[in-house]
This record gives sequence, C-alpha cells and structure tokens, in this order.
Amino acid sequence: MVCSEIIAGIKNIFGTFEALSVTQAYTDEIHIKVSPGLFKDTCLALHKMLSSSVYMLFASDERRARGIFTINCVFGNLKQGQWIIISIDIPQDEAYFDSLAKTIYSASLFEREIWEMFGIQPKGSPDLRRLRLHNEVWPKGNYPLRKDFQKLQAGDLGDYEFDRVEGDGVFEVPVGPVHAGIIGPGHFRFSVAGEPIINLETRLGFTHRGVEKLFEGQSCIEAIRLAECVSGDASFAHSLAFTQAAEKISGIFIPKQAVYLRAIFLELERMYNHVNDIGGMAVDVGFSFPSAYASVIKEALLKLNDLLTASRYLKKVNTVGGVLKSLDENKKQILLDSLKRIENDFNELVKILYSSVSFMDRIDTTGALRRKTAEGLGVVGLIARASGIPADLREYFSTIYKEARFKIATEESGDVLARLKLRIAEFKESIRLIEVFVGKLADDKEINVNPEFKEGRALGYVEGWRGPVLYWMEIDTAGLIQRCKVVDPSFLNWQGLSYAVLGNIIPDFPLCNKSFDLSYSGGDL
Amino acid sequence: MLQILKNRILKGILTRRIELESSRVIGDADLSVRRAGSELRSLIRKKFGRSLHIRQVDTGSCGACESEIISANNPIYDLQRFGVNFVASPRHADALLVTGPVSKNMLIALNKTYEAMPEPKFVIACGDCALGCGPFKDSYYVCGAVKDILPVVLHIPGCPPNPLQIILSLIAFLK
Repeated sequence: MVCSEIIAGIKNIFGTFEALSVTQAYTDEIHIKVSPGLFKDTCLALHKMLSSSVYMLFASDERRARGIFTINCVFGNLKQGQWIIISIDIPQDEAYFDSLAKTIYSASLFEREIWEMFGIQPKGSPDLRRLRLHNEVWPKGNYPLRKDFQKLQAGDLGDYEFDRVEGDGVFEVPVGPVHAGIIGPGHFRFSVAGEPIINLETRLGFTHRGVEKLFEGQSCIEAIRLAECVSGDASFAHSLAFTQAAEKISGIFIPKQAVYLRAIFLELERMYNHVNDIGGMAVDVGFSFPSAYASVIKEALLKLNDLLTASRYLKKVNTVGGVLKSLDENKKQILLDSLKRIENDFNELVKILYSSVSFMDRIDTTGALRRKTAEGLGVVGLIARASGIPADLREYFSTIYKEARFKIATEESGDVLARLKLRIAEFKESIRLIEVFVGKLADDKEINVNPEFKEGRALGYVEGWRGPVLYWMEIDTAGLIQRCKVVDPSFLNWQGLSYAVLGNIIPDFPLCNKSFDLSYSGGDL
Repeated sequence: MLQILKNRILKGILTRRIELESSRVIGDADLSVRRAGSELRSLIRKKFGRSLHIRQVDTGSCGACESEIISANNPIYDLQRFGVNFVASPRHADALLVTGPVSKNMLIALNKTYEAMPEPKFVIACGDCALGCGPFKDSYYVCGAVKDILPVVLHIPGCPPNPLQIILSLIAFLK
C-alpha cells in the first residue's frame, strides 16, 4: 500500500482528514504526522482499516532540540509487509494526549508505561497505575526516561491497588514474587471461589533494570551487548532486531551470506526454546520422563550452538553490518548431522506425549484463549497463532523465508494443546528451514561489512520464538543512540495469560503459564 | 506406556554414558562432569552431612542464568546425584543462589528470602550481573550487585556460566 491509499482509506472512514506530513521513510515504513487533536481518530481509523492491534506506542523526549515530546503509535499492515507509524508533537508545558485505551484496548499497557516513564498523561485513560516503577520504592514525580532526569528526588511513596473481586466465599491467593521453582520473579494474585479462578491479576516489573535509559548515549556497537541481555533466552532475536534497526537507519546492506547465517541462528534459538517449553509442559503435569527427554534434546541444541558460535545462547554473534561467526564446511556438516539426530529424538518425544491419554486429557481445552479475546488484547506471536490469528513476521516481511516456502502454522482452539501442537510444528519447520538455508550458504564470502552510522530513526523487527521483537531506534549525527524503545512479545502476551486461566483451577495455572512461557525480564525491561 | 518403555530401554542411562543420539557427536564433557561430581559429593558429605540445599532467587537477571541452572539439573549433568538439591522454600535451604543485578523492586523480596533461611546459611552470586551488575551498571533502577546487599561468599562467573562451571565453582569453594 502506498501513502495515498492509506490516506484515502482514512478519509473513507471519517470524511475529511488532513495529515501534517506523510512520508515513506523506508520501503516497509510509512510515517504519518498529524495534529494532536486528530491522533485518536487517526489511530482508530487505522486500527479498523488494517485490523491491526497497537504493536507499539511510545513517547520520545525532544525538548532539548525542539521543546516538544513526541508520541508514536505503530500499526502493522502485515499482509503488505509494512509498518504504519502515526506521530504527534506535544508541547512540553501541555504534556498530555488523548487516550486510546477505551477504544483500542491493546494501547492500555503502553499508555501506563508512557505515564510512569515520561509523566505525559493519556487523558481519559481508565487505568493509570504504574507498571514497573513500583509505588512502594519509587517516589512520585520522578520520570526516568525524561532526558533531564538525573537523580531520584524524594517524594511520596504509595501502595499498589489490586482489582478486588468481592462476594460470598471469594478469597485471594497471592503468589510471588519469589516462586518455588528456578524462574523469574512476578506477583500473581488469584481471586477464587472454590476451585475455579475468577480473576487473575499479574503484577510485574520486578526485574525492571532501566534498559531503555541505559541504551541512551551508547554507540550502536557496544549497545548490542545490552540488547542481548534484555531477554536471555531470546538474546539472538533481540540483537537481530537491534542491528536491523541500526542498519536500516544507516543504509547498510549486509552480505547475503550473513542474511542466511542470521536466519539459521534465529531458527536454532527457536528450536531450543520450543523443546524446552514442551518439556516444561510435561513437568507441570508431573510427567517426568518426557521432560527429562526434552531437556536432553535442549542440551544437545545448546551444545550445538556452542560448537558453531562458541556461545550456548548465541551471544556475541551479531554485529551491525553482519555476523561475526561463519559456518565452514565442517561445521555445516556437523549442523546437518546433529539436526537429523535431534529430529529423530524429537519425533520420539512427540510420540511419548501423544500416546499418553492422561497427558492429552489434561492439556486439551485447558487454558483456552479465544480468538476474539486475543484480538482485543493485541496478543502477538505464537500465542496469537495458537488462537487462530495468522500473524508471523517471517511470512510477510522476509524474502529469504518466502524463497524457502515458509508455511505459517496456526491452530484454532487456543488452549494448551494448541500451543503444544504449534510448538511441535514450528520445531519441525525450523529444521527444514535450516536445511534449506545451509544449502544456500556459499564458501569464503564476506560475512560482515564495516558500518558507517548516519543520523535517523527506524524500526527493527524480528519474529523471535515468542513473537515479534520490536526495536525503535533514534541515532544522532555522532552515531550515538538517542532513544531505543524495546517491545518484547512478553509485554503484550502477559495479559493473554490472565484471560486464558479464567475458569481453570489454580493447579492448572503452572501448566497454562508454561504453555505461554513468557519472559519476565523481556516484559519488564 | 509402551513408548516410554521402548525409549527407556533404547536410550539406556544417559547420565553415565551420555549417549543420546543427539549428544553423541558433539564432543562431551562427560568425564570431567563425573570427576568433578564425585569430588563435589565427597566435599558436601564432609561439610554438610549429606547434601547441600539451595534456594534460587532471580533479582533481575535476563533468564539465561536460570536456564543454565535448570540445565545443571538435567539428566546429563544431574547435579542432584552429587547431593545438591534445589528447594522450593528458603526454610529448607543452606545456601541462597542469586542471579542478576538487584533491581529496586526485588530488594525487599531478596532480604526477606535471606531472613527466612535458617542458620547456618551462605549466599552464592551466579553470573556476571550478580557479580558486578554487568551491562546494567549505573542504572537508575539497580540497587547494586548482590555483594552490596548480602554477604556473598562465592561468585560463579560467566554470562551465563555453563552447568560445568557451576559445578566446578561449587567444588573450588567447598575445598
């Protein structure tokens, strides 16, 4: 879709429409600037026209240069491989904008984030509780992502208000932040009457480390290491989204060889995590044999990563301009041989799971997230696909995946079984894709180019194993990062979990949770 | 059930031989794991009676350290056979294993977990972030490394430390 078609589409929905500027910044990005008064209507029109949820909504502090804050809202026009970014300027002394949350629910979390981080008020928002800066430890009036934030100023502390469910026999079960297993911290508050869960409220932010602020002022090359530590089990996806944003801004074209290598590593990351989750689901129903079996396969994949790249978690592989690790003939052979063995073992694992009637009975219809709810919440990635939403960036944005005839996998029922089936299907598809990509690797080609940085802003995106990892970057003339907004799929998908568990019993919560397998640190930043 | 039995018999005991098809080719640290393990076991026997119980707390790690600690419990490394157990409650623990830089939000929870442990107790910091905050140094929301908050007696370096490193660090410490 070109700019004019989009404008015509918006005009169709609400008659007259004047944009301040419309630019096709890159082939896959259209930037539309409107006046603050039109922001809400424009977003609503695009939301309807593209039937896209809000993928990103974030602010940027440009007071030093222009005396304004900007608000940017990102919609995906997936079918045509495009991102549409609506932006407004707001003067610094009138720091508010019209809230979208009442009409587009998927904007809700983002608005709360903007409010706590920048102190820009979404006017008319139904919920302005803080997400990450917990009231108990962070005084009011401190907005860390403002550029002039230096030191914490003393102020009032407060408490967090949980949603309350009241009535006869309703009681609350608080769990966390420290859980029984070896896992990240988060607080879950269940309201139950008898066994079934009536309401689940997740309070996160415990692993908040201020990642977005840390990015600012760093050079792109050194900041890759930070991107790798945003979510440790998706370190390659994060570094890839980061480097793609930097490359797009600077107009760097990476060698074809590096494109294939990146895809191979991305699929390897997907494989070890999917098999880990399948094992995790078995653990959570007390089915220990397949979980042990899955952990052996995971270990084999981690060792394979180690052998190919000298890092079990694919760290220090990516760089701006390409990759640092290549695969020679010997390594290619090892990779292909290992994949064959892993595939055999994986097929056995699937057989074990599918042939256990009690296991299948336990996961069938458990933790169902219906398509309508999923769409409303703006859930993304694997969780959305399990509920029947065909959204996979690999299908729509990547030419090499198109070449390899990538088939998007979806399920309809949205329950734990659907997510299990999807993980199995994606694992097998990943093996096939890696084999195709390895076949396309050529010998002795360059795998990276020397980057020269330019000023600009762009969106980097990757379909990681959980879903789309998005990086919005702004680089200044010196090549330093001015703003880096990170959205890990976990951020949006945590809400999906709150709805999926409704009506299920608390003992099934770990199972539902594992089938989502979200990252605490990715969501908390 | 038949599937399980078939695979159980076909695969044999992975822990000792480490011969699941997929792990065969990719050279292995089997011998070193076993050697390190038996040493660890004798040390634990000497110093802790029979076993060492560990409670893990994540105070802001990226999740990679957790993944490796879980891997140390998989059938290949099988930390349990050397007498090291990960427990669900701090009340059962001899040691606290902390990963990640300490986020402001986790400070209270970390202190409470430590207080809930019975004496004698000690703290282990796992990973580079727990050691010196790693890339999160100087963040507005990080209180500091674990050693700034609790008395840390053992550091396990690495980003993340692999399972064998975790085992070897424990041995070096117990000596």
